[in-house]
Amino acid sequence: MSTYTPEGLDDAYAPDDAVDPADGPPAPPTLPQLGAVGWLRWAWRQLTSMRVALLLLMLLAVAAVPGSVWPQRSQAPERVAQYLVDHPTAGPWLDRAGMFDVYASAWFSAIYLLLFVSLVGCILPRTRAHLRALGARPPRTPRRFDRFPAQAVGTTGQGPEAVVRAAAGALRGRVPWLPRYRVDVQAEPAGADGTWTVSAERGYLRESGNLLFHLALVGLLISIATGQLLHFRGQAIVVEGRGFANAQTDYDTFEAGSAFDPASLVPFTLRLDRFTSEFDPETLQSRDFLAEVTLTEPGEDPSAETIKVNHPLTAGGAKVYLQGNGYAPDVVVRDAAGEVAFSGPVPFLPQDEVYTSQGVIKVPDVSGGQAQIGLVGQLLPTAQQLTDTIWRSIDPQPTDPVLVLAVWQGDLGLDDGVPQNVYELDDTGMEQVTQPDGTPVTLYVRPGETVELPDGLGTLELRELPRFVALDLRRDPALPFVLVFSLLAFAGLAVSLFTPRRRVWVRAAPDAEHPGRTVVRAAALARGDDVGLQAELDEIVGALALDPVGGADPAQPAPIPRATTRAPSEETKP
Amino acid sequence: MTVGDLSSLLVWAAMTALTVAFVASTVALARLAEASRRVPAARELAPAGGPALPAEPAPDVRPEGSPKAAGIARSTSLTGGALLLAGIVTRGLAAGRWPTANMYEFALVGTFIAVVVLVVVQRRRFIPFLSVLVLGIGVLALALALTVLFVQADAVQPALQSYWLVLHVGVAIIATGVFTVGFAAAVLQVLQDARESGSSREAAAEETGRPGALHRWRVTGPAWAWLRSAPSARELEAFSFRLNAIGFVLWTFTLIGGAIWAEHAWGRYWGWDPKEVGTFVAWVVYAAYLHARTTRGWSGRRAAYVVFVGYAVVLANFTVVNLFVDGKHSYSGL
Repeated sequence: MSTYTPEGLDDAYAPDDAVDPADGPPAPPTLPQLGAVGWLRWAWRQLTSMRVALLLLMLLAVAAVPGSVWPQRSQAPERVAQYLVDHPTAGPWLDRAGMFDVYASAWFSAIYLLLFVSLVGCILPRTRAHLRALGARPPRTPRRFDRFPAQAVGTTGQGPEAVVRAAAGALRGRVPWLPRYRVDVQAEPAGADGTWTVSAERGYLRESGNLLFHLALVGLLISIATGQLLHFRGQAIVVEGRGFANAQTDYDTFEAGSAFDPASLVPFTLRLDRFTSEFDPETLQSRDFLAEVTLTEPGEDPSAETIKVNHPLTAGGAKVYLQGNGYAPDVVVRDAAGEVAFSGPVPFLPQDEVYTSQGVIKVPDVSGGQAQIGLVGQLLPTAQQLTDTIWRSIDPQPTDPVLVLAVWQGDLGLDDGVPQNVYELDDTGMEQVTQPDGTPVTLYVRPGETVELPDGLGTLELRELPRFVALDLRRDPALPFVLVFSLLAFAGLAVSLFTPRRRVWVRAAPDAEHPGRTVVRAAALARGDDVGLQAELDEIVGALALDPVGGADPAQPAPIPRATTRAPSEETKP
Repeated sequence: MTVGDLSSLLVWAAMTALTVAFVASTVALARLAEASRRVPAARELAPAGGPALPAEPAPDVRPEGSPKAAGIARSTSLTGGALLLAGIVTRGLAAGRWPTANMYEFALVGTFIAVVVLVVVQRRRFIPFLSVLVLGIGVLALALALTVLFVQADAVQPALQSYWLVLHVGVAIIATGVFTVGFAAAVLQVLQDARESGSSREAAAEETGRPGALHRWRVTGPAWAWLRSAPSARELEAFSFRLNAIGFVLWTFTLIGGAIWAEHAWGRYWGWDPKEVGTFVAWVVYAAYLHARTTRGWSGRRAAYVVFVGYAVVLANFTVVNLFVDGKHSYSGL
């Protein structure tokens, strides 16, 4: 390496460097006597050393990458399943290595937990040391100033004590209760010739901010973990005019932390009164989604509320997010006997930006002896016919909706007790109804129309086309703590990176050559690179109104080199 | 002509101005290299035994190359920045919103920030190499923006309709611009460091007039003599650190602001979306940089290498993740 070592953010880590492995074996190699405790201590020192922390940080960065290379179960389980189908050899091995659950995998957890152990092991001793330093006086004035990066010199007619007291005043600043520098004025007893000095230090906040940042990260991790234990999250699909009750059974999917108590769900109800959407007429991009709901919290009157993207509704301690929307054709199916076998809205899931929506109408409750009916197909909000059999949607708004359905009959398999996807038809026990020439039967229905089902299966009526919304309900009690610790970390980081830590010394001694005058010398030192150091020293010395040092040494008063160009090494100073 | 077309024209004009600035900086650098080569090498070797270079440039040792080219570079950088700002403002007017919603606008604003930072840091002392690198990246970004990333100015989807579009994305862009200049300084620092700590064998070869193979192209060789007029590796390290520290704080804000916004818009503050992963990885790499430069054996050149990695992650997070990875941040509009 080159000869320079920049200083900066974390120099208080320095004590750890004392056990740096690069400096040779840190523990004496008397291993047989070292024992388990000795090994543990050695391991602990290694773990809390800066070098290992750096290694763990880099490992963490590398380990986070696979999560965006391969699909993750927590976000897209269906893509993981697809990947496993597409890659029958590599897939299972990747799965075993945790590549589809990277952020919950043992190795990822191991890295960040070790990192945090390392952080705590490093921060706690530093906190102790810093608390001691906060109560300490500024370091004594060094005997010689000539090695410091910022210096100044001058003479004055005032006595040494008066000059030093004035310098101390300038260092403290104008605000009495918020001193800029911590100062310590002393008479130097050595020569007993009436020399006075002041030593001053500022920027304790630098280390405070640094410690705050690291401790806040620990708090952040604990908050996130607590939130994982206590949170719940559920999705519910609500059709216009219908309601939702906040009970676990009313959710379509529900997921909660292990410490979550289902009894803690506040039993509010929510009714979707109206859903409106706006799209750009040319690009068909979405512009606005608005769900108007009636919220009834227990013991309170119903109130009209709205939910928008970016504007969740708070209800019963949970936040309600508008996550999706679509159409739920309200259909009535009558069986061959003319009995109503099915009636109600069926959500069809939008597949593209023109809301071509897919869905299944399952009709299990037909009159005795008849085959069950499954209707699979698409809803086209604004249908356009291209050829005899090819239709498409050209607009997400329902200006000319057509429901296009294929008809299946047989056994829907709903009584087998095996959970089914409500948006897919399990065709194992089903048979598609075809025309005599073998082509599948396709039904086209518009709202208000009724069509005959083939083979005398019955009739289908599309009554109207209400909208549905997909709501996401979530409560994480740790959320405020996560926010507070994040902001504390941010504040600590900014303070520690941008607060200069500086030491200033001023010494005033009687001038031996010109009796009655006083020679004032000053020096300053910063931790890390500090462009403002000389300027600050000049400002303080300027407050003393010194005369330049007399003719014998005319070049002297020019302040010496720029603060950034030397290598002030604070650690080497007394 | 619509306001949107005007905006595109202004961006084209800005790119032209910045290209001129880029060429001028290159000329300045070439002149500097030429002038430096003529200065006797002994001069460079005078302070043997360490990088104790004079702090303030003595005019004869540190020629600015071509003051004329440097002047052109400065003024056209400024012009390009002003035109770009006008292009960004008209873009926002045309779309009727804050112009940070897609990759095109991100590239525009990011380049603008980088140019502003460049103009500010070059105000006192013109370092041609910095201009060449930053303007090179900037012109490339603008060219890609205009040809590949361009989308019509338009309103945005509901998920983006939030003041966080200004805060979160705006700060992310500023951070990217600042990181760009910090990266350029780190590149120069590594070159300078390599030259300063270069083997004396090379210098000796130059004196005896029997240079080894590839001597010319080594960083200690005459082709790189212009490095003599650049700041010392120590100064560049301090400068790069200052920029990267600012960038890191801004990036931290991006991360926190993004989490707050995600909590509002998507119902969770963190979900390991590919963009979130990329931002997190970049944050961790820059955190590693801040730690590295205070770790013995890692400070100086190695820490600068960490900056290279960090900047590469920032760029990949902007390009690869937006264009080739499916995620919730797919707002490129392409």
